[in-house]
Amino acid sequence: MKTDTIAAIATGLSNAGISMIRISGEEAFAVIDRIYRSKKGDKILSKERSHTIHYGYIIEDDQVIDEVMVAIMRAPSTYTREDIVEIDCHGGIVVTRKILETVLKNGARLAEPGEFTKRAFLNGRIDLSQAEAVSDIISAKNELALKNSVKQLRGKVREVILDLREKILRDIAFIEAALDDPEHMTLDGFDQALDSHLKEEIRVIEQLIKESQNGRIIKEGIKTVIVGKPNAGKSSLLNTLVGEDRAIVTDIAGTTRDTLEETINLNGILLHVIDTAGIRDTADIIEKIGVEKAIRITEDADLVIYVLDSSTELDQNDEVILELINEKKAILLLNKSDLPAKVTMDELRKKTNHPLISVSVKEHTGIEELEQTIREMFFQGELTLQEDIYITNERHRVALMQSLDSLKLVKQSMEAGMPEDFYSIDLMSAYESLGKIIGENVEEDLVNMIFKEFCMGK
Amino acid sequence: MSYIYESYDVIVVGAGHAGCEAALASARLSLKTLLFTISMDSIAMMPCNPNIGGTSKGHLVREIDALGGEMGKNIDRTFIQSKMLNVSKGPAVHSLRAQADKQEYSKAMRKVLENTENLTLKQGEVTQILTEGNKITGVMTYSGAIYPCKAVVLCTGTYLNARCIYGETVNATGPNGLQAATHLTDSLKNLGIEMYRFKTGTPARIDKRSIDFSKMEEQFGDEKVVPFSFTTKREDLNKEQVSCWLTYTNEKTHEIIRENIGRSPLYAGDIKGVGPRYCPSIEDKVMKFADKERHQVFIEPEGLYTNEMYIAGMSSSLPEDVQYQIYRSVPGLENANIVRNAYAIEYDCINPMQLTPALEFKQVEGLFSGGQFNGSSGYEEAAAQGLIAGINAARKILGKEPLILDRSEAYIGVLIDDLVTKETHEPYRMMTSRAEYRLLLRQDNADLRLTKKGYEIGLIDEERYQKLLKKEAEIAEEMQRLERTVIGAAKEVQQLLQSYDSSPLNTATTLAELIRRPELSYELLEPIDKERKPLSEEVIEQVNINIKYDGYIKRQLHQVEQFKKLENKLIPEDIDYKDVPSLRIEARQKLEKFRPLNIGQASRISGVSPADISVLMVYLTQLNYTRNKKV
Repeated sequence: MKTDTIAAIATGLSNAGISMIRISGEEAFAVIDRIYRSKKGDKILSKERSHTIHYGYIIEDDQVIDEVMVAIMRAPSTYTREDIVEIDCHGGIVVTRKILETVLKNGARLAEPGEFTKRAFLNGRIDLSQAEAVSDIISAKNELALKNSVKQLRGKVREVILDLREKILRDIAFIEAALDDPEHMTLDGFDQALDSHLKEEIRVIEQLIKESQNGRIIKEGIKTVIVGKPNAGKSSLLNTLVGEDRAIVTDIAGTTRDTLEETINLNGILLHVIDTAGIRDTADIIEKIGVEKAIRITEDADLVIYVLDSSTELDQNDEVILELINEKKAILLLNKSDLPAKVTMDELRKKTNHPLISVSVKEHTGIEELEQTIREMFFQGELTLQEDIYITNERHRVALMQSLDSLKLVKQSMEAGMPEDFYSIDLMSAYESLGKIIGENVEEDLVNMIFKEFCMGK
Repeated sequence: MSYIYESYDVIVVGAGHAGCEAALASARLSLKTLLFTISMDSIAMMPCNPNIGGTSKGHLVREIDALGGEMGKNIDRTFIQSKMLNVSKGPAVHSLRAQADKQEYSKAMRKVLENTENLTLKQGEVTQILTEGNKITGVMTYSGAIYPCKAVVLCTGTYLNARCIYGETVNATGPNGLQAATHLTDSLKNLGIEMYRFKTGTPARIDKRSIDFSKMEEQFGDEKVVPFSFTTKREDLNKEQVSCWLTYTNEKTHEIIRENIGRSPLYAGDIKGVGPRYCPSIEDKVMKFADKERHQVFIEPEGLYTNEMYIAGMSSSLPEDVQYQIYRSVPGLENANIVRNAYAIEYDCINPMQLTPALEFKQVEGLFSGGQFNGSSGYEEAAAQGLIAGINAARKILGKEPLILDRSEAYIGVLIDDLVTKETHEPYRMMTSRAEYRLLLRQDNADLRLTKKGYEIGLIDEERYQKLLKKEAEIAEEMQRLERTVIGAAKEVQQLLQSYDSSPLNTATTLAELIRRPELSYELLEPIDKERKPLSEEVIEQVNINIKYDGYIKRQLHQVEQFKKLENKLIPEDIDYKDVPSLRIEARQKLEKFRPLNIGQASRISGVSPADISVLMVYLTQLNYTRNKKV
């Protein structure tokens, strides 16, 4: 079947430091030849070896649009099993859009949402679990997330899940055989064996779920809110963080800096900052945005950074904020350590259990400690994904939770003294939930959801 | 010379358990029905085990009865021992099993058939299925008589090209030396029907007088017998029951088998048919489970009319002299006289994937089939299919939609769906684990699930239907009352709870909540339930189960909802799988051959992967989109 050539921005348009435009189809090489120029101007990409990466420029009307890296991959060893060209550019909405437009002008058409994966499916390239890992690659916003998704593609999660499934199925089979042939097989004493199996299975799943939280944070970044009274140094802190690492700073289209979201790469930790500091000229931030709004924002956040001015005394507003963040992951920054202190660490320690860090945004001290604290809070100090197995996909995580619930129901049935045939009902549910992760069980909603998840090239 | 004889609406070929149900259903639905049997003396014969029911099979019998079939009533008439299996387990796996008096069972069924209006019995062998343009026109017998008809139901059991084998001895007969049907297979092949060859086996029958029962454990029937049929009154079942006996094989038995395994036609390769894994011959058990020191052997009476005893667990196709040695190695059978040898039987059957869920052949309109001919095994599986095939043959002629039960409605639904959807490579046997919604498909509620359907079809009379409605209402009313009735922490209540080791009440609760406690039940709460009205045992049973297992039942109902979503996603009849891009070749071939009615069914076809289903769903979405756009 002949297919046309499609292209889309594969990285999402919002906040990535590097954006990637993917082209797939028979014309992919022809398209890139028309718009690519190497540094010396002598390379023709369609003549280069497959699976190589090339530095150069995207050109339109003899004008350089951006400096890029171009990866070329020939069918069939590609994601879609078609010829694929991937253009990595510097990000930023304007440039990325411009390159895509150029690609489209030169022979490709805009991909429909999820079309690459659809093609990968249709060309028999991937099973469901791998397709979703690819989805994670697409939305992966830093290198760690990318590593994680790649690992999933290689099927490590699959192995763990397969192993769990096999163990569960074995117990179901045992119960069922005994029910089917009660005169030949007995379930006497089986409860004890099952109980120990369940314990182990629950442990493994709980571990996967725990790690999936890290996985999500690595992929999506830590949703961070900076709060504090005016002049506490919120905006300076933000500027410092941005300025110091200068990794990724992107505005969201159509917004002004007043209600701003920033994405900051703090040495590999992605902070997705909701910047209440943006409202700069108001007298009292808490009054202005209202306690309710503050609650809403902080409730949604993974991390609250509360900036205090150590040179002014605590007041009622501080009490409100402290209560607000009581149940959250939060870090208190005692700013202006360079000035005479009116609020001391000891005083604050009586009021909160959250980590306290003395900083001077102005003097750039304490920022490293902040970074280390975040690291410890979210990654138990470690930010490596070398050998661990992570679930990064939300659907996978939900399925894990379901299987965990089912296994716990089995335990409940056992404790309630239910007959063994009731165990297998929930064991089977657990088995099926795990099956969803590796695509062994198809639900009508599943395919819809997968394709819906690929919100690219809209 | 052929000649045209009388014409009928429905002709049923074979009067085994499937054929009897098919013929009765058709005749009871007022269609002129003819039932062919190879011998009038082998109607509803039980050529193997002398019992009806057992785990999951008991469910089937209950469902047959709920729909208006005959098997349940017939075993209630003729049982000689009855037992509810798995009573220590949950209600979903309770299964009724009764030992039958084989001759009485056969006679009683024959009497029913002979006295059913619109039904004619005829001894003879059907040799040809007559069609015109892929549509049934009639059948022809060995004598050349042509019987025109509108629909045919094939229930030929194990008779097609049957061969009975033990050792080097081969008889070209059906079971029990009855004449095999040797012509029909060719006629079916000419119609383009794909045939399989399966095998099964039966153990020896031994003279009761030669058995030393003192070396065996006696197995009694239940004191309180539960009937199979919802129409049988419990008090009518009070009769003296006979016992079965349990003994074991031993190392000596196994040694004899190992020494002689080379003489087994199975191991020597003389038997080509595929046998069932779940009821292996004794030589299979010994060879495949070498570490097992002994195997159970149940000695069961064949009936009150005879001294023959059925040796359950020791079917075999070893030569006669070896059979003597192995049976006589078993404690209690040292002096056994074998009345009938054990044998394996090979027979032709069809690949059931050629059938629709209505049990009609996809490629021959008006041709239906049921029973072992469809690749199943067991009397109950056969009867269930016979009933559905008979009903649907009749409904086709009456111009009505076929009766198709889905997997969430009945074991019969599971059975037929498995047969017509999943590739069967061995005789198919029902098991409770095959029913994913078994908590809903209990043997105790078969009437509540299916009798309404039986009534709508026309196999259940008004009186029985009204009784069902009354039962339904009583159950609902009583459950509501129990959910609403509040019980306080009165002294009387606490004392009652204490007497059953149930924790005392801190605050008031409902009767329903108390019933949910594992150690309590509806019956036990009687002293503190002041407003209780007298209700039948059957109603109380349902109330108890529904309240006690409420949480589990709700969860299964939720699963059923999910299942129905895929089941309701229909595939257009005119779909051309060649147009579906990127289906794997195997899946494309399977779908093309099988032509599933809906996505649910498609997803259950072996060889069709989830990815194929995704591809198919993508295609259907696209197809719907473009078709809608054209309109």
